[in-house]
Amino acid sequence: MSVPLIEVRGVTKHFVKRLDLAGKIARRLGADVDEEVVHAVDAVDLAVRPGEVVGLAGESGCGKSTLGRMMAGILPPTDGEILFEGIAASEMSGAQRRAATLAVQMIFQDPFASLNPRLRVEQIIGEAPLVHGLVDRGGLSDYVDDIMRNVRLDPALKRRYPHQFSGGQRQRIGIARALAVRPRFLVCDEAIASLDVSIQAQVLNLFMDLREEFDLTYLFISHDLSVVEHIADRVVIMYLGRIVESAPTEQLFSAPRHPYTQALLADVPRLDQRKHDFSPVAGEIPSPLDPPPGCHFHPRCPHAMPICRTQQPVLREIAPGAFSACHLDGNSGT
Amino acid sequence: MSVPADSAPGAPEIGVETPFQRFRAEFFESWIAAFALGLLGLIVVLALLAPWITPQNPYDLGQVDVLDGKLPPGSRAYTGYTMWLGSDGAGRDLYSAILYGLRISISVGVASGVIALVIGSTIGLIAAYAGGRVETVVMRLVDLQLSFPAALIALMLVAVMGRGIDKIIIALVAAQWAYYARTVRASALVESAKEYVEAARCLGLGHARIVFRHILPNCMAPLIVVGTVQTAHAIALEATLSFLGVGLRQTEPSLGVLIANGFEYMMSGRYWISFFPGIALLLTIVSINLVGDQLRDVLNPRLKK
Repeated sequence: MSVPLIEVRGVTKHFVKRLDLAGKIARRLGADVDEEVVHAVDAVDLAVRPGEVVGLAGESGCGKSTLGRMMAGILPPTDGEILFEGIAASEMSGAQRRAATLAVQMIFQDPFASLNPRLRVEQIIGEAPLVHGLVDRGGLSDYVDDIMRNVRLDPALKRRYPHQFSGGQRQRIGIARALAVRPRFLVCDEAIASLDVSIQAQVLNLFMDLREEFDLTYLFISHDLSVVEHIADRVVIMYLGRIVESAPTEQLFSAPRHPYTQALLADVPRLDQRKHDFSPVAGEIPSPLDPPPGCHFHPRCPHAMPICRTQQPVLREIAPGAFSACHLDGNSGT
Repeated sequence: MSVPADSAPGAPEIGVETPFQRFRAEFFESWIAAFALGLLGLIVVLALLAPWITPQNPYDLGQVDVLDGKLPPGSRAYTGYTMWLGSDGAGRDLYSAILYGLRISISVGVASGVIALVIGSTIGLIAAYAGGRVETVVMRLVDLQLSFPAALIALMLVAVMGRGIDKIIIALVAAQWAYYARTVRASALVESAKEYVEAARCLGLGHARIVFRHILPNCMAPLIVVGTVQTAHAIALEATLSFLGVGLRQTEPSLGVLIANGFEYMMSGRYWISFFPGIALLLTIVSINLVGDQLRDVLNPRLKK
């Protein structure tokens, strides 16, 4: 198998809320206060092959955005390694690190907050390529025009400010900004969730066209399973900071292995199941401040066994290319 | 290449109203603010034109005659012109002295305001962006400084350094940078949590570029408001220090020095020596503050209708 374009090994992210002075004194005096640690991502392994579109799905708060931000290099992991083309970030030379930084770009959820309101579109798109010497000042204007045409924006609009655009256009500007540094891997964090449904389809199609044109690889983060099913080659399901299942899209949607995936899929409205009685996944998602021991899903799992409460199931290959982390080992009734 | 999609729906027309035009319209909604801005403009123009529209240069001792001292408003000076606002104890024409004093007061206020703004906002930005220990140390320093009255800090510094415009400016900057640092840090914290800063980091842009090109321009609104109000403060502070006798020299009187000079004559009926410079100072500070208040209302998104 080829070297993965990007790979995370045992990556963990904890957000620690440090004790303030009063808290420290209270602890010294024997009070029962501790630093609050949010286990956002818990020892996750994930490899993305070149050209692949990986969908990352899960309920809100499961750590999918945090994982995406670590892969995009915005958040440093608490523990674990991120490898780009087989080289760990810690072992890279300066030039390699810069190349890897530019090769991995991110598309953000909020097309309003993700564009600097004080800069013109041409500055938003052109700044990074100019700084990194991908284009000189003389060629900048044409370069920006090209990039704007690539995302189906009219280059005549490049002197405008972001507030003069609609949501769909802003998201295109965000995509253009990422494309301008010639990335190879795009992390799309709920990139279409805040758009109108009609615009969502356009932007999704744009992503697919760009994949062809620029030979891109995607990590597509979404809570919307129908979007993931539409765009992804392989789907990874996260629950409370851990990957619970990973399988080729068709296989995952036709024969989900993990009880959590099964519960999630049962909630997706389908045309062929109109009379289906929806039963949401029972119970609340537990707090990542204090995750349950053993399998994180056991308090809500219909098949929970005694072992689930004590031992964490590992991600195991149960069919070619399909992984699941469950003590039932994929033998649960589908 | 396909036709640019979704450029037709929802694309706002440009040229209808630029942000600056909207800002201007909102600013002039209040006639008080419009009046204050006009008054401030008049004061600044008068101060700038002082050498050409005054009968006397009060700094030129050759033009000042002690025999003209303490004349009431409307008297004729020995040198021939009418002193419409009277003269002070040294024989300076008060109308001329006030305009020259305004020059000094305004330039001291603006210079210290600008320097404090640059220093304070740089420190505030760095604190907000760096976070952690740097932020804690800087902001505790700011708290410490703000727990003293600004006048006290400036007074101590001037007492140590001595008189002169440069020293006054240093003292005022030292007394005021903390306001800017606190303001900028607060809005920089909000801005640096936004996704466009993450995007800039993801694009591999340098820290200095992110801080000064991306975060700072988005913190300008509160900075402008604080800058205006603090400039008025600086002018008042300079007048206070000069009034207390530790500010500027007697030979180059600012408004504060003029007020101090006339103070001893207040009880003897020669009110005009302190009164007219006081009015000039009052009008300057009040008009700057009114402009600053209106700026705050217009630039504060929470008060937007």
